[in-house]
Amino acid sequence: MDAKELYGKLKDFQEKKGYYFNRDQKMVMDLLEMLLVNKERYGHMACPCRLASGNFEMDRDIVCPCQYREADVAEYGTCFCGLYASKEWNDEKRPLRVVPERRPPEKVLAGLGLE
Amino acid sequence: MKNVKIYALSTCIHCKHCKEYLDERGQPYECVYVDRLAGEERSETIASIKKVNPNLSFPTVMVGSTVIVGFDKEQLEKALED
Repeated sequence: MDAKELYGKLKDFQEKKGYYFNRDQKMVMDLLEMLLVNKERYGHMACPCRLASGNFEMDRDIVCPCQYREADVAEYGTCFCGLYASKEWNDEKRPLRVVPERRPPEKVLAGLGLE
Repeated sequence: MKNVKIYALSTCIHCKHCKEYLDERGQPYECVYVDRLAGEERSETIASIKKVNPNLSFPTVMVGSTVIVGFDKEQLEKALED
């Protein structure tokens, strides 16, 4: 699968849930490509902007769409990596801002077997 | 020129944008791709990041002793010009 195919697979399905690809197409295609890189190296599509462990159970909360997407899109208009946005955010053309990390750092450490 | 170090992930878009921004400014930097490290080197690097950014998110950018979490262009510009 390539990024274009992945785009086609996800678009309608996610839009029905109220999540739209970021209006920045170039950024979206880059992110989809990186999700495929992670699929190749970890076996699952871990968020490209987070440090994954490669262990599915440990990474479950950051497998795209991550568990933090709902709260981030509601609060900031986009998710942490910026792949998904609300329709309003895309329409209002607000600039992309830094979305603070909501994932507890303990999860990053636990996934890597660190404390 | 300020001493700039980026803790990044090779797949992270914000890290990529941050590097592009520094490249455009002609600002040299050291970039460490944490997802490409293993073993002790990875543990030690993560411990160093945790000290300056307890959330362990990427990019974590060091401009001298100033820490900027995420690709925050305004903060980065300010730190580079201070």
